[in-house]
Amino acid sequence: MLERGEVANSWRRERWDSFRLLTPNWQSRLPGLHYEGPDPDGYMTMGEVTEFIERFAKLSRAPVRTGTNVTSVRRTDDGYHVTTSQGEIGCRAVVVASGACNRPAVPPLSEAVPPDVEQLTPFDYREPGQLPDGGVLVVGASATGVQLAAELRRSGRPVILSVGEHVRLPRIYRGRDVLWWMDASGVWDQRYDEVDDLTRARRLPSPQLVGTPERTTLDLNALTSLGVELVGRWAAVRDGRALFSGGLRNVFALADLKLERLLDAFDEWARTRGVDAELGPPERFAPTRVPSSARLQLDLRGGEIRTIVWATGFRPDYTWLDVPVVDEKGRLRHDGGVVDSPGLYALGLPVLRRRRSTFINGIEDDAREVIGHLARHVAVRRGS
Amino acid sequence: MTTVANGVNVQALLDAREVLKGAPEAAQFVWRASSKWQNGVHSTSTVKEFYGLGAEQTHRNEAVFDADHPEVFAAEDNGITPIEYLLVGLASCLTAGVASVAQNRGIQLRSVEATLEGKHDIRGILGVDADVRNGFTDIKVTFNIDADASKQDIEALVAQSQKRSAVFDALTNPTDVTVEVA
Ligand SMILES: Cc1cc2nc3c(=O)[nH]c(=O)nc-3n(C[C@H](O)[C@H](O)[C@H](O)COP(=O)(O)OP(=O)(O)OC[C@H]3O[C@@H](n4cnc5c(N)ncnc54)[C@H](O)[C@@H]3O)c2cc1C
Repeated sequence: MLERGEVANSWRRERWDSFRLLTPNWQSRLPGLHYEGPDPDGYMTMGEVTEFIERFAKLSRAPVRTGTNVTSVRRTDDGYHVTTSQGEIGCRAVVVASGACNRPAVPPLSEAVPPDVEQLTPFDYREPGQLPDGGVLVVGASATGVQLAAELRRSGRPVILSVGEHVRLPRIYRGRDVLWWMDASGVWDQRYDEVDDLTRARRLPSPQLVGTPERTTLDLNALTSLGVELVGRWAAVRDGRALFSGGLRNVFALADLKLERLLDAFDEWARTRGVDAELGPPERFAPTRVPSSARLQLDLRGGEIRTIVWATGFRPDYTWLDVPVVDEKGRLRHDGGVVDSPGLYALGLPVLRRRRSTFINGIEDDAREVIGHLARHVAVRRGS
Repeated sequence: MTTVANGVNVQALLDAREVLKGAPEAAQFVWRASSKWQNGVHSTSTVKEFYGLGAEQTHRNEAVFDADHPEVFAAEDNGITPIEYLLVGLASCLTAGVASVAQNRGIQLRSVEATLEGKHDIRGILGVDADVRNGFTDIKVTFNIDADASKQDIEALVAQSQKRSAVFDALTNPTDVTVEVA
């Protein structure tokens, strides 16, 4: 196992200070390691996740070579040639487990932002005090965007949040964590070959959730109540002005409708399972409040906005992978983790084999199946 | 799905989607119109040819549109106001979307009607107040849909049709427009 940094590197280096998992503690499951602390319904801090992964590395006796950066993987006649910062390796098979979120994805329109506005990505952001005083434009309303918008607003700054398509979820539904429902009702077990539109499922933004001791909901209504101003998707910069889409109402409608359908499915599951009595009564949430007049433009030279935070998602980095298996969008071409090149495998990608693959607790089943394939591949090669 | 007949060939659209995934050049279309001044603020525009799927294409018939302004603008009202064409475009685009999505989702439509209202403060175009924009202040579309589906499913149809609408996008997002003299 080659790791360019340390064990749990992404958690150590690529998260902000107040970061907590949005999955509850009991869902942080790795093969043979379950959360056994006092607060199964709580959410791990960055330090706690790091410790958890370190514990797993020890427990599993994973042969990790830290400080070993992979700079190239090339095909050979009977496998792969791997070049690392610590030397060369020949091998029969390679598992790409380098993560799905190696780089913040920042749209090209960022280049048209006037130079006196500071720009940060979630990889640069640590805490509000690091930003200049004054207004912040947070771009993107998925998990990272809503969390940073709330934290920056609470620090006293005026915050504008640019909202595109998003996934709205309450933290708690009928007395249970909404991710308990995802797990228990089988939504997360839906397999990649059963999903209607797999490309879409794999591109689905993260849900508007935050893990806090209070277990509060952080949807757009909560942000509006905090005083965050909502604007539409950022479409262009023209003459130093940011132009936002006028389609805000529809992205609200789409998210509200999807939430309603999801809750209907949860209720239906609870009824057929006969577990209604163990749960609170069904609830429905108020529609997302539409601002009375959402701004369509914002002068970026006026001084109102001092900082832009790009919470526009993350992308993997395969610049080191010299095998033609990456599509024009920079995504690995694979079928459930079996990459389009014999002996090459992937783990840890969104909806790799099932919806839960996106999360820490999805690795166990995925790894078993993918490594099963790998073992057969190696055995066949050996036999021939 | 075969039991639903909304008159949309969804299979052809889905097939096109698959084909164009691997052939982005073929997906490049150019829509064209040409116009001619008549008199006063009256003009006539015609639409016939367009480009797409890698070749020149033509509509079955040439379409002719008169645009003018109403009598309250001291004009002759030989046709609708240009900005009203935007409402026509939006209505027909969203309606086409509703029908296509309904077909794809196996929802039988019986009637789809929409009324549109575009609020417009004409002080902008008259130059009365520089803070008033020239275009619509806002647009409201109200759909009345009779279909074999729940209210929730119908709302989802309408939301999805906005999500995939060319004209909704063109109106809600900025477009780079070049106007030059030949
Ligand atoms: C902001 C954010 C919040 C998240 N929150 C949650 C959550 O609350 N709950 C949850 O379950 N999941 C969450 N996830 C998803 C989580 O990252 C995954 O579930 C899981 O941790 C992925 O683990 P991984 O080992 O596949 O990838 P990573 O944790 O990304 O690990 C990949 C490792 O590969 C190393 N690496 C990369 N390239 C090279 C190279 N060329 N050479 C050598 N080493 C290399 C990296 O240094 C890194 O240590 C979140 C993700 C992000 C980005």
